[in-house]
Amino acid sequence: MVRRTLSALGRGVALLGAALLGEAAALVMLAGVLLSLMLGLVFLFPPAVRLARAAAGLHRRLAGRWSAGPVDDPYLPAPGPPVRQPDGWYRDGRTLYKTPVVPAFNLRLNWLLKDPATWRDLAFLLTAPLLGTAVAAPAVLAAGGVLLTASGVPAGLAAVAVAAAVAPWYAPRAVASYGGVAALLLGPTERARLARQVNRLAAARDEAVDAQAAELRRIERDLHDGAQARLVAIGMTIGAAEELLASDPQAARALLVKAREASATALQELRRLVRGIHPPVLAERGLADAVRALALDTPLQTHVTVDAPEGLEAPLESAAYFAVSELLANAVRHGGASEAWVDVSTHGSALRITVTDDGRGGADPSRGTGLTGIERRLGAFDGVLALNSPLGGPTTAVIDLPRAVRGRTRPVPTGRAVTLAVCWTLCWIPLFPQGLVAAGFKIAGSTEKAWFLGLHVAEPYQWPVIIGMILLGGTMLAGAALQTAKHRESRAGECA
Amino acid sequence: MRVVLAEDLHLLREGLVHLLRAHGFDVVAAVESGPGLLEALVAECPDVAVVDVRLPPTFTDEGLQASLAARRRVPGLPILVLSQHVEQLYARELLADGSGGIGYLLKDRVFNGEQFIDAVRRVAAGGTAMDPEVIAKLLVSNARKEPIGRLTPREREVLELMAEGRSNAAIGQRLHLSESAVGKHTAGIFAKLDLAPSDDDNRRVLAVLAYLNSR
Repeated sequence: MVRRTLSALGRGVALLGAALLGEAAALVMLAGVLLSLMLGLVFLFPPAVRLARAAAGLHRRLAGRWSAGPVDDPYLPAPGPPVRQPDGWYRDGRTLYKTPVVPAFNLRLNWLLKDPATWRDLAFLLTAPLLGTAVAAPAVLAAGGVLLTASGVPAGLAAVAVAAAVAPWYAPRAVASYGGVAALLLGPTERARLARQVNRLAAARDEAVDAQAAELRRIERDLHDGAQARLVAIGMTIGAAEELLASDPQAARALLVKAREASATALQELRRLVRGIHPPVLAERGLADAVRALALDTPLQTHVTVDAPEGLEAPLESAAYFAVSELLANAVRHGGASEAWVDVSTHGSALRITVTDDGRGGADPSRGTGLTGIERRLGAFDGVLALNSPLGGPTTAVIDLPRAVRGRTRPVPTGRAVTLAVCWTLCWIPLFPQGLVAAGFKIAGSTEKAWFLGLHVAEPYQWPVIIGMILLGGTMLAGAALQTAKHRESRAGECA
Repeated sequence: MRVVLAEDLHLLREGLVHLLRAHGFDVVAAVESGPGLLEALVAECPDVAVVDVRLPPTFTDEGLQASLAARRRVPGLPILVLSQHVEQLYARELLADGSGGIGYLLKDRVFNGEQFIDAVRRVAAGGTAMDPEVIAKLLVSNARKEPIGRLTPREREVLELMAEGRSNAAIGQRLHLSESAVGKHTAGIFAKLDLAPSDDDNRRVLAVLAYLNSR
């Protein structure tokens, strides 16, 4: 308890320090903004914003580490470099430039100016000291008290005592609420989040389209050079056998044997091709058994645990399957592993696949084409591959496919959310002032009526109104708590 | 010998019926879907069944599931499963009850009528017929098992043919060895793999397959 309080107090003071730093950065930025907008010193603007962003980043990290959980950057993606026109000039609006310097600067300036996050940062940093002081209030109060006592005012001791009494309850909560406020003001807005997602999806779609086209070309080539060519040869061989049938049955027979062998080879090639397109076992049994079949086919001693729901989308299953296949193949080929563990499980609506092997490690996604292929394939489903492969092993690859399982995320329906919010925010009014406090007034026989409805109505209705108010507030509170708990529970069920 | 046949492709079904009839089999039922197959297997209780893995209505592994279900009801019911692709996983499921009378071959193997009919007869007699490709996969996934590495190349060849379900005589014919030489090799294999020797062909094969499947 004491340690918790002390650490919360320490964090509060650190946040106050960070807030003062932020204030300084905000003032510098404000100066930069004013100078650039009023005197045209635009070159001051980007560095000023960068400074403010650094300060906001510090707050984001502190809030992320101490209370709210990670707070993402809210900024719009940086613009790409200016595009050179075929005639060698760079266009910016209606002006042409010889070098990309000015257009690049303008692009950056526009990006910084038009990003609402820039201005939200400034607003947060300007008000941060207020927030910081509130968070560090017990420490500030205690410090003031000590100073007062030292300068001979004994009342200072009382301030220290109050600070000490309040701190255990106040300090941890203050740090937590600071995190909430920071996340709200410094986190990405829904719009920034969407903009970012659109960018990512567009890139993923381009890659998926490219990959698909390449894949189709490969299949076409394989069919053309393999099965198709062999079928032509078989047809010709059978034709030749047909002609020889009467004159030289022996030779015809030999040709037919040849045709049969060629058809077996053609089948073998088709089988290999089909495996590369969509493995039959995946089509027949789904992901769980397909992964088990994969594990059986590798020379590795492989331990598989699968807890995957049925009814995943086929393309997603396929991407997951080929990812596991590639990872196991890598473990054999490059890692020299002898044992591997594959775990497939769901977390909420996400599908998570972990592949661990006891090989040499040192796998680097930027080098092999296999791993980038996996990433691209997963990218089409918003999936990511996280690879941890220190030299000397073991290698652990974690594949996360968000929203793989359909129909599992249930946000609170809007209507109910509004009811919930009303209940939570307003339940204290009937419960405390209109209910309990009015009851206290009535019992004490006070003539003060204030704004308590129960004391303004005629005498016989006073108690019923007061009790009704208490019941109403209690029902609102209990109902809201119950609904929230229920929703949490159903969410927890999804995560289990 | 009474046969139940399950194959959804009309041409292939007719071809198989012809092939089996030509070799003196009595095709008592030729069905084309999963539910019909299970019914026929249980009602007819044939001497052997030839079953395609992928059948209507779902076109997944209906044939395999029906076969497994039928063998749960009629233990040891001889079934030869045909497929366009072979999976160790399926082989393992078919062999799981350890009672023999199981075949698992690629569809291409019907091209060679003699060998195919030989496999059907072997399965009907309670033996096994595993596709060489299944055995090759089994050996790849067992490659790191130390005793397998100690086998001589000749012993490996004998092991592959034995795992496919062939008798000593058939193995000798294939490898141009005398039956007694094959017997010596098999004894050597069993000693190296630390398996109890057995004179019974079928039990011997099942022991080898169980060994290869134990991982």
